[in-house]
Formats: sequence, structure tokens, C-alpha cells
Amino acid sequence: MTGPKNNQLSIQEVEKVAKLARLKLDEIELELYTGQLSSILEHIARLEKLDIEGVEPMAHPIPLNNRLDEDVPGDPMPVDALLDNAPEVVEQFISVPKVLGGDS
Amino acid sequence: MTSRDFRSCLEIRDEIRAGRISAESIMRETLERIRVFNPETNAFRETFDDEAMDAARNIDERLARGEDPGPLAGVPVGIKDNIATTEGTTTCGSKMLEGYRSPYEATVVTRLREAGAIPVGRTNCDEFAMGSSSETCAHGPVRNPWNTDRVPGGSSGGSSAAVSAGLVPATLGSDTGGSIRQPAALCGCVGLKPTYGRVSRYGLVAFGSSLDQIGPFTRTVQDAAIILDVISGVDERDSTSAPQPAADVTLGGSLPEGLRVGIPRQYREPGANEPAVERDVERAIELLRDAGAEIVDIDLPLTETGLSTYYVIAPAEASSNLARYDGIRYGHRSSEPSGSVDELYARSRSEGFGPEVQRRIMLGTYVLSSGYYDAYYLRALKVRRLIKSEFDEAFESCDVLLGPTSPSTAFELGGKPDPMAMYLCDIYTVNNNMAGICGISIPSGTDEEKRGLPIGLHLQAQAFDEKTLLQVADALERMIGFDCSSVDD
Repeated sequence: MTGPKNNQLSIQEVEKVAKLARLKLDEIELELYTGQLSSILEHIARLEKLDIEGVEPMAHPIPLNNRLDEDVPGDPMPVDALLDNAPEVVEQFISVPKVLGGDS
Repeated sequence: MTSRDFRSCLEIRDEIRAGRISAESIMRETLERIRVFNPETNAFRETFDDEAMDAARNIDERLARGEDPGPLAGVPVGIKDNIATTEGTTTCGSKMLEGYRSPYEATVVTRLREAGAIPVGRTNCDEFAMGSSSETCAHGPVRNPWNTDRVPGGSSGGSSAAVSAGLVPATLGSDTGGSIRQPAALCGCVGLKPTYGRVSRYGLVAFGSSLDQIGPFTRTVQDAAIILDVISGVDERDSTSAPQPAADVTLGGSLPEGLRVGIPRQYREPGANEPAVERDVERAIELLRDAGAEIVDIDLPLTETGLSTYYVIAPAEASSNLARYDGIRYGHRSSEPSGSVDELYARSRSEGFGPEVQRRIMLGTYVLSSGYYDAYYLRALKVRRLIKSEFDEAFESCDVLLGPTSPSTAFELGGKPDPMAMYLCDIYTVNNNMAGICGISIPSGTDEEKRGLPIGLHLQAQAFDEKTLLQVADALERMIGFDCSSVDD
């Protein structure tokens, strides 16, 4: 498994990535990011040269196991303060466009 | 007439504790100083005037009652814009979080308060801590106090500029790939990046969760040691905080017995560093050798590859962490009419995030996407293991590593328009985060012949060996005798 050909992304690929990342880009932005991301991938491509046979992946710098807390109720966050940060509130609810039946 | 103040945290604390000056008057002067001098650098975005004055008066009252308010009694501290405080707003230098008021505060802030320190305001940074120049900040770029045409480094550039400009004796920053050490180097102050797990990240806005760490900016190594002691330790709210006991902060100014200082060959490749930077590293080696340290040649062949590894892992983690900004519960929501929730997400995110953040989100999404996960992300995680092993091996033959923090002194605003050129600034710092060890940058001098800009030396030690790291940094600092107040000349 390797990266894209010569590490050059196509505009269509960047469009797809933007969609996955929930970003809305115009044509100028798409072109700009396609060039910049390709040049970054070119740099990243040097990873291919390393021998990683048999090396265990390392996701985290210190070996950690799941740490369990005592099941003790704490103070909840203040609802008013949380709602104060919401962009659109109706009574005690956060308002959003319809979730089902959209053109997603 | 207000003037800059270059005293250390300890000097200020001792004055207050001895009753020679009140915490209230220190705080009033600090707020006035920020008001007068901040426009030069844009180091602070906002100050917490009322809360800070109240806290200062409270310190004075406790002293009057004969209580000890703690090891940082009355010391004003600036807080990076990605560390939650209940005062003011926490915006991460982003339009996305404009006006966001945190309902809770970071553990580090609580611990500072408990030690008598007073959060005085919010320091600017690169948007979501992504950058090496503090130019991606939505509230305008931060400028270097030594030369305001130059960047302060990043991403914690407001935190380094605030200390170096003589506004506050200490600030907090965060370091994911060099964001404490590189701005400390470019601004001529001390910047400590503790071991991964040493300091709780509860309340730090997540960027790269396996890399992020909070640490202090100060004018002396001793101050950094005291702040580390205050903020470190296990926290039930951060399951990655380590149970190790705090580092011993007693610093005597002398090198540890039998110290071995490793000099990685890859940190000094011919032509890689500016001549003045190279000269300062050479001088530091001489000073350490004269003081009795053994100098050891070290090989870290993955130094440059580390950058490629980092720019897979950090964006991958960022793309996942930043998925929470969707314009629903908090943060920027697009006012354009959206027919669906998906459309609202995309519009809000594209309006709220700046270009660097969008670039990294896309890079991270790409390396994690089906078909490329193995080629990029999994491969990078394996190389990360090799990087860790490389450090482990190095620390078998030395106690600390020494090199430059940054290959160059501060560059001009707008001087690195190409993202990849900007990423190269972190060449000597990113592997430290990937291995989860500790590091510090201390000022060593200025590139006097050229521009009078400060230079930083980078010391690194094994995970949880801040004691050795700080002892060596403290001794070297005394040998060098850098005058941080010369910023004002």
C-alpha cells in the first residue's frame, strides 16, 4: 500500500477530503490546498524509505492502561453557562436545522 | 510613568511576602504596563482587570492575617488562549471560538491560583496552536519585542512575547511540536516543555492528544522549576496525567556530578544553522566542558524524518479533535441559511477555521482515510516507535542532549508564506513530543553582528528527568549570564 502517484493529489481527491472533513471550499481554495497538500505529502513520502518491518506502532508516548475512577457523583456543569455558549437557543434547547430528509 | 519590569517570579513573590510592596500595587502596575506596552506586540488579547485586582487584594489580606498564600504569592501570570479560564473568553486564537466563555477552568490554572499566582490575562497564539510564528491568530499577529518587524515564534508567541517584553514574569503555553520552546528561543526567555503526562491537560483545548503538554515561560530556570512544581502531578480529570512525584526544584547553580552531555550530530549539520546559532552552541559546549561535564557525540539519524512523521500524526489527531467544532452546541455557527445539518457543519467550519487549521484538518483526514491509513498513519506510528528507541539509546550514553532550539533567529512577519517552510522551523523540537520526553529552551545570546535577535539553546532529558534537565539549564544559565532586560536597549 502506497500513497497517491508521485504524491500529487488531484482536485477531485481534495474535494473528497474536504467533504469528509465537513469543509466547504470554493474553487480557488481547492486549487490552493491541492498544491500545498501535495507539497507536504511529497515531504512526508520520505517515510517510505525506512525499514519498519516488525516494528510495533506507537500511538502514545507512555504505556497507559485504562484508569478507572470511583463511581462517585460529581457536580454537573452549570446548564445556563453551557447554553450561554450555544449559537441558537429556544427555551432550554439548542436549535438546529432539520436532521432527517436533508440533501446530505 | 510606567516601565517594563524584568524581575523574576521569585523576586516579586519575596517583595510581596516581605511586605515591601503589596500584591495590589504589583497588579495595578502590571495591568497599566500591559495597557501601555501591549500595542507594540499584541502579546495579550485581553486582561482580567477586576478579577485580577480582587485576587491581589485577597493575597494582601491573607498576608495581613499571617497566612502564607503560597510559593507564587501575588505573581501575575498570563495564560495562553487555548487554556480554559473562567475569566474572560477562551478563543484559541480562532474565529470559531470567538466569545466562548468556558464553564470550567483548566487544572493548571486552579493549581496556579492555589499557589498564590494570579491569572492576569489571555495571551495570543496561532489558531488552535497550529503554527510557528503566531501569525495565524484570528486576533492579529503577535510581534517580537526585540524587533517588531519579526515574529515571536509560535504557537505560544503571545506567551513568550509577554515575558520578554517585560509585561509579566511568567506565562503558560502549550507545546505539541515545539510551541513553547521555539517561541522562547525567538524571544529570549526560558520555555519549559515537561514530560508527556507530567502536567494535567484538563482544560487545554486538544490539538494532538498524544503530543500536547502545558508548560511555563519565565525569565529564569528557577522560576520555571517552581511553576512546574506547582502545576505538575496526577489529576483525576486527565487520565493521561502520570502519578510520578513532582520534580525536585532545589537548584544549586552547579552541574550534576559526572554529567554527560550528548551532542547530536544531526543538530549541527554543516550549513543547517545560522552562524550565530552555531557559535552559541559551540560556546555552550565549551562552558559545560570547562565546568566538568563529559561531552559525548550522539547519533540521531531520524531527526529530519521526525518532521515527516510529525506532520502525519499531529494533523491526524487534530482532524479528529477538531471534529467537535460543528456550530451546534458552541462556537461559530454560519448565518447563511442551511437546508441540512451537514450543510450547517460545513459552512460553520469553513467560516470559523482559518486556512492553516483547514489545511491540517484536510491533511489529517487524508492520512486517516480509507486506502491511505496504512501508507501514512500506521507507517508514521511505527516510525514514531523508532524515534523513541533512538532517544532511549542516546540516553544510555548521556544524561542530557544539547543543541539549538531553532536553526535560525526570528524571521520577518510574512517571511514564510509556504506551509512546508514554516513546518521546517520545528526540526529540532518535534521528536521530543513524539517520544514524550522533556525539554527546555534557554536564551544564550543574540546575533549581535546581524540583528540583535535572541538565540535559544535546547536541552532535552529522559521522560520524568526534569530534575537533571533543570539543574543543567540552571547551571548553564548562570554561566552564560544572558541579560533579558537588554530587549529595552
